[in-house]
Amino acid sequence: MWLAVLIGAGLAYLQKLLGFLVPNAFLARPVIRTATILMPISLLAALVAVQTFAVGTTLVVDARVAGLAAAVLLLVARAPFIVVVLAAAAATAAARALA
Amino acid sequence: MSVVQPNPMRLIRRQAIVIGLAVGTYGVSFGAISVASGLSVAQTSVLSLAMFTGASQFALVGVLGAGGSVVAAVLTSVLLGLRNSAYGLRLNELLQLPTTQRPIAAQLTIDESAAMALAHEHQGQAASRVAFWWTGAAVFLFWNFATLVGALGAEAISDLDAWGLDGAVPAGFLALLWPQIRSRPAALAAVLGGVVALVATPWLPPGVPVLLAGLGAIGLAVVVANRLGGDS
Repeated sequence: MWLAVLIGAGLAYLQKLLGFLVPNAFLARPVIRTATILMPISLLAALVAVQTFAVGTTLVVDARVAGLAAAVLLLVARAPFIVVVLAAAAATAAARALA
Repeated sequence: MSVVQPNPMRLIRRQAIVIGLAVGTYGVSFGAISVASGLSVAQTSVLSLAMFTGASQFALVGVLGAGGSVVAAVLTSVLLGLRNSAYGLRLNELLQLPTTQRPIAAQLTIDESAAMALAHEHQGQAASRVAFWWTGAAVFLFWNFATLVGALGAEAISDLDAWGLDGAVPAGFLALLWPQIRSRPAALAAVLGGVVALVATPWLPPGVPVLLAGLGAIGLAVVVANRLGGDS
């Protein structure tokens, strides 16, 4: 774990420094700009999917789906971030307790 | 008749502090989610101090929590951190900081500080600088304090699954994703990412499906950018 933490942090810092050191027209190209906007979206969506429906390399449906459903409802209702996360935890715990 | 103008710098500083507090609440969730994903309180705190970029932090612990390898986790966090490079580029030309300040500015380069600097661009370079530094510092302080609170809180809970924290983790990611979906390409990127990851899960080691989804976004970006470019 420490390896991931330290290497990840080091690379993250270098990424930030890059823009300050190297003026580069490459990063301004439309494809790059679009990619930097879309990539976090795809990655986050993938994380949502995997963390809800996967256990290792197996796809399952379990109490976490209840948490996701609660989250979707609250996000549509424009609830604050912390409320969404807490409610998802509560829904998951409830679904697990009732199953 | 004279109108009392509020000091613009004071307004900027106040905005920065409000943003710092707001982002701080995300920090509590990160701290808890990180510990729920198997990291220690120390590792969690180091991430918020040294990496200090929310999306990459969530991605790193998310992939590790899903059983992914160090390589997959780091690559995914790097993919998410690419936009900080884009910010740095933009901020470099906007703020024109002395060389000695740039390494520190780089550490504080995140969505919020970049957004604030750019939002106050029309008020001049001094305003942009104040916006950048104050927002960066405020977020850094509150984010790290909140991370520690969340991490310690999660560690105090003995059975994370009984408390539903494993359901809270994807909910947190969804909450981060939600406000970013403002266009059709964005919605497409989200659906594509989820589908690719799910389809790939039985076939690849944990963590790699998420990475694949990120790479898929690059392909989508090529298509989208070419579409838009060809419409003239």
